Amino acid sequence: MRVALFVTCVNDTLFPDTGRAVVRLLRRLGVEADFPHAQTCCGQMHANTGYRDEAVRLAKRGVAALRGYDAVVVPSGSCAAMIREQYPRLAGPRGPFADAVARVVPRTYELTEFLVDVLGVTDVGAYFPHRVTYHPTCHSLRGLHLGDRPLTLLRAVKGLELVPLPGAEECCGFGGTFALKNADVSAAMCADKARAVLGTGAEVLCAADNSCLMHIGGMLGRQKSGVRVMHLAEILCATETAGVR
Amino acid sequence: MSVTFLGMPADRPFPRNAARAVRDSQLRFNLRKATGTIRARRAGVVAEAPDWAELREAGKAIKEHTLRNLDRYLVQLEEAVTAAGGRVHWAAGAAEANRIVADLVKATGETEVVKVKSMATQEIGLNEALLEHGITAYETDLAELIVQLGDDRPSHILVPAIHRNRAEIREVFAEHMSGWGRPAPDDLTDDPAALAEAARLHLRERFLKTKVAISGANFAIAETGTMVVLESEGNGRMCLTLPRTLISVVGIEKVLPSWRDLEVFLQLLPRSSTGERMNPYTSMWTGAAEGQEFHLVLLDNGRTGVLADEVGRQALRCIRCSACLNVCPVYERTGGHAYGSVYPGPIGAILTPQLRGMGSELDRSLPYASSLCGACYEVCPVAIDIPSVLVDLRSRARHSWPERAGMAAAGWVFERQGRLAALQRAGGRLRRFVPRRLPGPLGRWTDTRDLPEVPRESFRDWWDRTDGGRR
Repeated sequence: MRVALFVTCVNDTLFPDTGRAVVRLLRRLGVEADFPHAQTCCGQMHANTGYRDEAVRLAKRGVAALRGYDAVVVPSGSCAAMIREQYPRLAGPRGPFADAVARVVPRTYELTEFLVDVLGVTDVGAYFPHRVTYHPTCHSLRGLHLGDRPLTLLRAVKGLELVPLPGAEECCGFGGTFALKNADVSAAMCADKARAVLGTGAEVLCAADNSCLMHIGGMLGRQKSGVRVMHLAEILCATETAGVR
Repeated sequence: MSVTFLGMPADRPFPRNAARAVRDSQLRFNLRKATGTIRARRAGVVAEAPDWAELREAGKAIKEHTLRNLDRYLVQLEEAVTAAGGRVHWAAGAAEANRIVADLVKATGETEVVKVKSMATQEIGLNEALLEHGITAYETDLAELIVQLGDDRPSHILVPAIHRNRAEIREVFAEHMSGWGRPAPDDLTDDPAALAEAARLHLRERFLKTKVAISGANFAIAETGTMVVLESEGNGRMCLTLPRTLISVVGIEKVLPSWRDLEVFLQLLPRSSTGERMNPYTSMWTGAAEGQEFHLVLLDNGRTGVLADEVGRQALRCIRCSACLNVCPVYERTGGHAYGSVYPGPIGAILTPQLRGMGSELDRSLPYASSLCGACYEVCPVAIDIPSVLVDLRSRARHSWPERAGMAAAGWVFERQGRLAALQRAGGRLRRFVPRRLPGPLGRWTDTRDLPEVPRESFRDWWDRTDGGRR
């Protein structure tokens, strides 16, 4: 099976630890992922802000970079949802772009989908002795319908104490450019989310999206809360011998 | 073409309205409590319906079919209503609808009308228009009464006074009821039962002496010419049965082909809106009863334009249940007034700019009044994909030049991996110089949130340096 890692521009640029964690985790599970260098950004920011033409150009680049693989692993719920939900709409019904999208879309998996559905693993052999809460990001929850997959994986992590997050299904208020365009509402939503996280007493907040974590973590950091945010992949990659990184 | 009027002034853009609203702690408390309660109730009654997904699919399919054949069903409706002794009037816009209604009321010689809660008449600003003709319209829905007495604006489709708590309502009743009819008792408390009793006595007098009623309709059945109104209080039933003349203003998208279709919608609507298995009152009438006059005013007011839009037309499936408002994290924090339209919340964010166009700053800002979290789509009983319509409207909005420049620059960087890699390396070298507070519009992030630390090395450079971690 030829597996491509679509690391996403946010992880590539700001959170390389997440990308490294995915590579190491997959290697531990016997999968050598490839990193197609032509990949940049899925185009979600442009599409969702109303810049359709730019989004189409980036989507074309994206599918061209990812073609020919049996599976594409994406450590981001929202970028995976962008490819799966919006690419077909951007491509339209016919033409070479539509054909390329039709080939890539059914092979695109968010990380936990790939682990649970494709590899059939729920215990990845991780060790992470901390109190952790999980925020199901909107696109993981309502776009991809990840359901219990992330929680099943977390429950199997040795030493990890999973605590439920009250109001988990509520948006953290990131929403890409929404965080700038409607900064006051975004911050109000984030403040409520941060309060819910603090209420759990967790040391670590994790999610399948670093963009949402950057948002919640940005506020938790500003509040000097001491709560750390981590991508799910980094927890799943951690072992007794290797530590977190 | 004149701009479609939607019952509210549209002066400031949404973010500015919202910024003010989020600082109103009383408002946020009221909204959180109210939307939280309805949300939980809806979730309960939806979860217990084993065929909810099928009902939702059926509701969507019936509405889609009807909208595709709207011309045919509207003519059929007109024929059926006329055959049953009613009269049908067609109104292209708000002004025409208001004129028709005013003329009909004037012809009765009356100067007072009672109203059943109706979004269509709110949309066209009927009460204000009637007042110009010397006709006073009395709202009889409890929440609409609170809004009217308080000289306020509705902020929710189902619960127009959702922004008010009971202490505020007591004040409104005590202060203003006397100006509109029977005053509130002197010893009025903010006990819900006492407030309801004061409203009941106040409204009873009104029902018994008013000869003209104005309503909307939840559904209009083309096959039989039957109008259907769902409500909780029974005040609508009073208006629909007591007066001699009944005028119903109904949006053209409210038509359903057949009586049988109600099977689906009488399940979808109450469970989605009030979170009840069945609403307390369902009133249905066909044409005019003996000794009564019935007029149906069919309202377009921008709907035909929406129907022409391939993506946006699904907004016309809306049955005004307000489930999307109750579940929306943005609405919960801003309330309805920020949306500058009688249609607030997620449905308003796609309906208002389509009906009114995107000429004003407010209407251009509405499609952005969402984090695209998708909760609205999930609860919509007729499966309107609100996030997709929002994104489509955004692609048609005019953008500011600094934003266009920023987006163009980002697009340019992402078009070549070499450019992205160069930018990442520059960021890695300059990481110490990233300020804690960003300048310009980006400062809206750092006002409340820290920035992530820029890493020394990007993922792609790590991959190249270590051969994907193998070295």
